[in-house]
Order: sequence, then structure tokens, then C-alpha cells
Amino acid sequence: MNHSVTEPSRLQKWCAGILVVGYALVTIMPLAWIIATGFKSPGDAIAYPPKLIYEPTLEGYVNLFTTRSRATPETLAQLGPPETWYDAIVRQYDMVISGPSRYGERFVNSVIIGFGSTFLSIFLGTLAAYAFSRFKVPLKDDLMFFILSTRMMPPIAVAIPIFLMFRQLGLSDTHLGMILLYTAVNLSLSVWLLKGFIDEIPVEYEEAALIDGYTRFQAFYKVVLPQATTGIASTAIFCLIFAWNEYAFAVLLTSGTAQTAPPFIPTIIGVGKDWPAVAAGATLFLVPVMVFTILLRKHLLRGITFGAVRK
Amino acid sequence: MTDDIISRERAAAPGALRRRIGGLSDRALAWIFIVPTILLLLAINIFPLIWTIRLSLTNYRANRTNAELEWVGLRNYERILTDPDIWNSMQATAHFLVWTLVFQVLIGFSLAYLINKKFKGNDLWTTIIVLPMMLSPAVVGNFWTFLYQPQIGLFNYVVAFVSGVDPSSFSMIGDVRLAPWSIVIVDTWMWTPFVMLICLAGLRSIPDYIYEAAEVDRASRWRQFWTITIPMVLPFLMLAVLFRGIENFKMFDLVVQLTGGGPGSITELTSINLKREAFEKWRTGYSSAYAIILFVTVFGLASIYVKALNKVKER
Repeated sequence: MNHSVTEPSRLQKWCAGILVVGYALVTIMPLAWIIATGFKSPGDAIAYPPKLIYEPTLEGYVNLFTTRSRATPETLAQLGPPETWYDAIVRQYDMVISGPSRYGERFVNSVIIGFGSTFLSIFLGTLAAYAFSRFKVPLKDDLMFFILSTRMMPPIAVAIPIFLMFRQLGLSDTHLGMILLYTAVNLSLSVWLLKGFIDEIPVEYEEAALIDGYTRFQAFYKVVLPQATTGIASTAIFCLIFAWNEYAFAVLLTSGTAQTAPPFIPTIIGVGKDWPAVAAGATLFLVPVMVFTILLRKHLLRGITFGAVRK
Repeated sequence: MTDDIISRERAAAPGALRRRIGGLSDRALAWIFIVPTILLLLAINIFPLIWTIRLSLTNYRANRTNAELEWVGLRNYERILTDPDIWNSMQATAHFLVWTLVFQVLIGFSLAYLINKKFKGNDLWTTIIVLPMMLSPAVVGNFWTFLYQPQIGLFNYVVAFVSGVDPSSFSMIGDVRLAPWSIVIVDTWMWTPFVMLICLAGLRSIPDYIYEAAEVDRASRWRQFWTITIPMVLPFLMLAVLFRGIENFKMFDLVVQLTGGGPGSITELTSINLKREAFEKWRTGYSSAYAIILFVTVFGLASIYVKALNKVKER
């Protein structure tokens, strides 16, 4: 009989399962609510009691991507019938679309800054992690601790001089400035995580390559890098998620051209309390991360604990 | 076979491989690989820190760059430490810090313990529980203000449904007594999974044979839990508390979007207070001193805590 003392009984498994599933259902309720609200009409969104069943509409998304202005009945009559489905939605409220909103731009900024800083922190992080893992570096432990300690600063505390420094260098509100800043914040994580991954690759492979006449750099590039791909990929996801979600620096250091989505989304609400538009903006911004997390759960979950426990 | 040759060669000439020329020497390469990282960190972390220290000794205001700069010595520090407003934010931060840690440790450990029973499909449910911590705190915090609306919010509706009170009779973010708890609830919802994952790593690191030995010794399950499970998970749990503690001491984005520090200044955590001093009142010198005090506090508390952690690990 396959019954060890450490294997939980059937009953225990059932009870544990029910409790965990119950908690999970409660925990995703707010997220489900965000997604659901995005497809409600403004009236349904603020109905009491909260509506579970409603007629889905894309009004929230139309309002998210457009700016609208009120039109008099005469102008509306002059315009003739609405040309597109989104025109039709807006006309119900005696409004006309006057142009695109800023959401698209902000979203693109998030993508540029997110991917730019991830690339840079992985590039620099891999080099540094390799050196720390393989070479004798003077003051190695101190340098590693220094790299880690940069994470203890509250963002607002560093924001004051960075604000002044960026103003001086003309980096305020630029993509480059934000990419450099997020790279610096992410470097501590990427160096620490990647060093852990590279430490696990046996040194013998490189030494064999060195004997075969590779230079040290070739050995790094052709032998170590391909083996570290999984580690690099999961570190990259963490860097990307951080840059994607960051708010404090973004709200203090950007206002126009380089503003990312997190400081922008709360401003969508405006005076009209347009909750469906906010929910639509939040949905488009959050859902990619949720899908990512579910698809890549094996690597991510390992990465979180791994990174934390290593430190 | 090849392994053999390599190890023999290594034994014969330990330094020879490392010094192998052909391209760059290892030493040069090490520096080329490390220096960019260090430089960037110096430029964006250390240089600003030194600058902050310098500013903290002046009356500089970033919105009036032409005004005459005056050295005020330690007067900024003196004023901060005697300012009742700042002690208020310190208290708000302490309340937030203590209760989020209590709830996250209790719920996080319990969940990890249950998940470790390895029921079917546990990894998918674990992922669903983890979702909130992957999301943008500012965006999520902003949306929670909707869930907290007195009449129409989902949170109030659910509470009313369960307890029978009128959903419009209380306002989580508008009431002075409830607002401090509203931020604790959202932070707990968001970050319990982090504590859970680290506890799970701890639970999975306990080898089965320890329990088997205890079983042979006829130790009860209850006793096994307190003498094996808890002590073995404790270092992991303490690590989780350290990370959450540092993060929540710095807490800004979630709370600023959720309550904005209000009502009044009841949830004005130190970071929010600091932001107000630095970027709304533009008292740059004063707020630089404030930033330094906060940094020293985190650093000091974290070092004391790490010492305690190491003691636990040694046992």
C-alpha cells in the first residue's frame, strides 16, 4: 500500500482544496468586476444593487479612446446619420467625436519604456552577473550588497534629486530618462536573480570551450548564454512587470510626452464619473499581465520565491 | 573521459586557464562587465543620495531656483523631529505596517499550509491567488475607490449582504475610523500571495524523513506542527516579513490612489506626506532632510531585523 505518513489523507486534501478555491474566488472578484464594468453602460455601472446581468456595450471603450463634445440638435441634424458604430454610440448622448484621446499614446509610452528598460537591465545585468559569478572581483560581497541596498530607498526620497538632475540634463519627461531610471531600479533585481541562475551552470562547460581555443568572451557568448536563456527570460518578465506597473516616478517625472499609463488611467474619470471608461482603460492595461502570469506560471512562481529566498 | 582530462589539466595548472589570453584577460573582462552597472547605479542612486544630504542642509526650494541659497545646518532635521504632523504620519505608517504584516502572515501561512496538502489542481488556483500582486498598485488602488463607494460599490454591497447593515450607512474611504482599515484590506488582498509563496517554498524545503522520524517517535500531529513545521518555516516567514516591511514602509502608489492620504490626513503615510512637502509645497531642503530620516529609519530597522533573522537561522 502506498501510504506514507507525509502524504495527506483524502479528507484533508478535500478540505484544503475547498478552502483555497474559496479564497481564490473571493480574491478574483474585484478583478472580474473591473473587467465586467468595462462593458457596462454608465447607468448600469452605478446601479443599485450592483448588476450582475446586463446588456454588454462598448461605450466604455469608445469613451476611453475618444474625446467628445456636446452638439446642438441642429448640428446633429446637419451631420446626417452616424457613419460608424462608434459614432452611433456617441450620438445617443447628443455628442460627437472630436478626436482621439491620449490613452493610446500613454499605452505606447508604457510599451516603449517597459521594453526599453527591460532590455537594458537584462543586458547590463547579465554581464555583471556573469562577472560576479565567475571571476575573482575585489570586494565582491560588498559590491553585491551595494547593488541590493539601492532597492531600500523610498522612490520619493530619490525623486527629489533625480527631478533636479533630469531638469538640468534635459531628461525630464523623456523616454530616455525614464528608461535609464527604470533600468537602474531593476538592475539590483536582475543582477541578483541572474547570478543565481548562472551559478547553477557548471563551470566545466566553459573550461572545455576554453581548452578548445575559445576566448573567454566567446565562451560566455556561445556556451553560457544559451544555457541561461530560461533564467534570463524569467528575470526579464519581472523587470517588465515592474516597469509596466511603476507609478511614483512616473507621476513625478513625466507629464506630457513620456507619461506612462498608470498615472494617466486615474485621470480618465474626469468630472463625469465615467467608471466604464476607467474600467476599460484598466482592463486593457491589466489583462496582458494576468494572461502572462497564467501562461508562464511555472517560471514566475519559481522566480518570486527564488529571488526572495536567495537575497 | 573529457571531464577527466579537464580536471587533470585544472589540477596541473590552476591559474593557467583563468589567465588564458586570446581576446581580453579575465580581469579586464570582469571590469568591462561590471563597470557599466556600477556607474549607472552610482549616477542614479548614490549621486542623488549625496545630493539629497547636501540639500537637506539648505533652505533650497526647487520652484524658486534663483532665490539665494542659505546653509541652515541641522535645523531642518530639528524641525522635522519636533513636527507633530510628521509624528502623525509616522503613526499612520506604523498602523498600516503592523496590521498588514499581521494579516498577511496569518492568511499567507495558512494558505501555503493548505496548498501544501497537494490537492488536485493546486498550481492553477495558486496562480489565481497570485494575480493581484502582479498588477499595477496605482491602477488597482484607483479602481478600489469604486468598489468602496457607499451606495453602489461591490465591497459595501457584499458586506451588507453578509452582515445585514445598510450598504449606504458606511463609507470605507470617507470615514475617519474606517479609512485606515480600507488601505489595510486592499494591501492584504494584494500582497498576501507574496507571503504565501515564500511560506510555500519553506514548507517544501522540509524533508519528509523528519516527519517520518517524528512518527516513529509517536509525536502527535499537533506536536509535529509546533516542533518541526513552524521552526523550519520561520526563517522563510521572517524573510517575507522583511520584504513586505520594507515595501510597506515605502508605500506610496496604492494608498495615494485609494485615499490620497485622507480623510483629513488620517491615512497620510510618510511617503505621501513627503511627496506633499517636496512637490506641492516645494520645501526641497526640508523634505530632503525628511527623506534622509526615512531612509536611515528603514535601513536601521532592516539591519537590526536581519541580525535577528540570522540568529534564527543559526539555531
